[in-house]
Amino acid sequence: METANTYNYKVVRQFAVMTIVWGIVGMTVGVLIAAQLVWPELNFDTPWLTYSRLRPLHTNAVIFAFGGSALFATSYYVVQRTCQTRLFSDRLAAFTFWGWTLVILLAAVSLPLGITTSKEYAELEWPIDLLIAVVWVSYAVVFFGTIMKRKVKHIYVANWFYGAFILTVAVLHIVNSMALPVSLTKSYSLYPGAIDAMVQWWYGHNAVGFFLTAGFLGMMYYFIPKQAERPVYSYRLSVVHFWALISTYMWAGPHHLHYTALPDWAQSLGMVFSLILLAPSWGGMINGMMTLSGAWHKLRTDPILKFLVVSLSFYGMSTFEGPMMAIKTVNALSHYTDWTIGHVHSGALGWVALVSIGSIYFLIPKLFGKEQMYSVKLIDTHFWIATVGIVLYIVSMWIAGIMQGLMWRAVNDDGTLTYSFVESLKAMYPYYTVRFIGGLLFLSGMFIMAYNAFKTISGATPATQPATQTA
Amino acid sequence: MDLNDIRSWYTVVLFVVFIGIWAWAWSSKRKRDFTEAANLPLNEPEFPRTEKMKETEHE
Repeated sequence: METANTYNYKVVRQFAVMTIVWGIVGMTVGVLIAAQLVWPELNFDTPWLTYSRLRPLHTNAVIFAFGGSALFATSYYVVQRTCQTRLFSDRLAAFTFWGWTLVILLAAVSLPLGITTSKEYAELEWPIDLLIAVVWVSYAVVFFGTIMKRKVKHIYVANWFYGAFILTVAVLHIVNSMALPVSLTKSYSLYPGAIDAMVQWWYGHNAVGFFLTAGFLGMMYYFIPKQAERPVYSYRLSVVHFWALISTYMWAGPHHLHYTALPDWAQSLGMVFSLILLAPSWGGMINGMMTLSGAWHKLRTDPILKFLVVSLSFYGMSTFEGPMMAIKTVNALSHYTDWTIGHVHSGALGWVALVSIGSIYFLIPKLFGKEQMYSVKLIDTHFWIATVGIVLYIVSMWIAGIMQGLMWRAVNDDGTLTYSFVESLKAMYPYYTVRFIGGLLFLSGMFIMAYNAFKTISGATPATQPATQTA
Repeated sequence: MDLNDIRSWYTVVLFVVFIGIWAWAWSSKRKRDFTEAANLPLNEPEFPRTEKMKETEHE
């Protein structure tokens, strides 16, 4: 029985299990659209199976359903454990779970029907946006309410990152979703022209910075010390890391709008702040890595630690690549090519997904009253299949992207274009095929995880009571 | 003083604040508190603290 003297693990269990489920759903859609780029017939001439409608479904499902569930699960777990108190409100926490689930289901119906605002990563129409706002504010109340009733003096650094993520996403979502509804399924943005573009990418890049980075850094600051069984390398570095990261990210958005109608000074500002971002990003990565100093041998035997540490390597790699791509002259080559897709996936698969998967492997046995996962060997298999998948994915996209950029800019002596667009598309076949295989490998890893989790959970008694008390 | 002067000064103030945070984090006075905070995940009790425990364990 759950009482005030136990932690609320119910909502953590729900979100942890749904992380795996939504991961499989979102990545399956991703693999399908990757296959459509190689074999276009796979849309079966059905409107709701076309690439244009499934692509936003894929991005929403992996970011908000898979990533979101992982963030809800881990933040609810971490905030209770490090504040040594039960969640602020069980009812409100349950509401965030069912509300979030409803948002995801509404997205899964409306996006294939072609109902969209056409704002990237903010495609959902206004009634769903309102629901998201209500759920998110409830999330903030539960999270900050728990911090306020904490039984310890300090607010652990992971909670600072989770808190910044929750607060900022609320602001970003509400400002960017401002729209005039004309019907239940159609609205127009409140902002005109270039301002709309700037607001959208202020939102878009901070969705990367706060949803896909700050929240997962919260995970990193809790689960790496836990799994390595040693405190974070430098706590004061983590404080500076926090303030530097959140104050720099806010300004980087304009790099999505290089060489557009956006004023030149805003573009340059975005580029400069993107370059500065390298410092806090790498500061955080080094802090996570160095936590293992003196415990590197654990990497040999502990596949969960492998997930967590390799996620940091990909984080370091993509936060080096990002600032580089934000330089205007590099962007002139990379923008609108598959290099961008490769960059996003080295962050999304390499960093976000690996750190989430590692954390969920840590959580599942604890939440369901087991010593460890059903099979540690299968975690290791998952790790390798996922890593090979990511490498195939990003290497193929690097080659594809740079090749596209070079073909599009090639001109003959008389000033005409050397290649037609279709010629560059034709050159993509082998790379799109390799990308499809990489994605398929990553997805198979998720199925291994689902099997392992199912075997762990089935027959186990849920750990509502602390182990010491049930004995 | 026009709006752009205020913007310039605001930038300078933010920068000074950031240096301040850095100095604060690195000051030797913070060391004990930070060590305590850093060990929070490693010294967790298996169940939430009650009000009573909070009082008795308070330093």
